[in-house]
Amino acid sequence: MTETPCEHCERMMQPYLDRVLSVSEQAEAELHLADCEWCAKRYRFEVKLRQYVRVAASEPMPPELKEKLAALRTPLT
Amino acid sequence: MAGNVAVMADEEAGRNALRLATEARDRVRFEEDVLALSDQVYRVARHLAGSREEAEELVQETYARAFRSWRSFTPGTNLRAWLLRILTNLNIDRGRRKQRTPDTQPLEEGDYFLYNRLEEATADGNVEEDRVVERLSQDGIVEALSAVPHDFRDVIVLVDIGDFSYQDAANILDIPIGTVMSRLHRGRRILKRELAETAVGEEA
Ligand SMILES: [Zn+2]
Repeated sequence: MTETPCEHCERMMQPYLDRVLSVSEQAEAELHLADCEWCAKRYRFEVKLRQYVRVAASEPMPPELKEKLAALRTPLT
Repeated sequence: MAGNVAVMADEEAGRNALRLATEARDRVRFEEDVLALSDQVYRVARHLAGSREEAEELVQETYARAFRSWRSFTPGTNLRAWLLRILTNLNIDRGRRKQRTPDTQPLEEGDYFLYNRLEEATADGNVEEDRVVERLSQDGIVEALSAVPHDFRDVIVLVDIGDFSYQDAANILDIPIGTVMSRLHRGRRILKRELAETAVGEEA
């Protein structure tokens, strides 16, 4: 069962975006991406998705909680 | 002779007073630094815990413990990571985490899965990726994240939402850095599978 170049590129996506590929693996991925808009689009989507998840998952802290935390401080004697 | 002893006792008392004053000042500074991080701690805690209420309790317990054991923090090291380590341990100790079931099932869905599904579900199959991401709602993302098994979710929350380095995440969770990376990669794929379900549904 051999991998197609696009399947290989899919497997390299996370390590590529996390910058943990070796120099030669990275060059290989870039070579494919320069030629394959199908994969390049999916890589761009991944970048957007990560940003979107970060924003969507960020809930502000309830203000009462901030007060409760400050009340836990050691009283000054 | 008696006079000398009195002078020495005075000096001793002076040194003690100075030490206590220095310690009080260090403690106040520590408490202020810790409180300044509370928004960031909550942001991560919200998704490590099962619910908003649990997250609030967990953050309060973490702060109570941090204020008590402030001397065990080494100045100059990462205070946010120190707090998250307390929080993670409390979360596990209190049994808040449901049964840990390491997800070892083979995962069929690869990294392109979500995009492929979203594209298929779009009438004009060839839209810009910016528009495709907008098909995911904020609630859908929160829901999908909570469906990711704990071991994988913890890593995603620390690295992708909390901006911790792999090394910090490894220290906080007390696992090797290689495990952080493999859980992160698998966890993101599980998250995308869950997102595809919430956004597109399970038909197909
Ligand atoms: Zn390709």
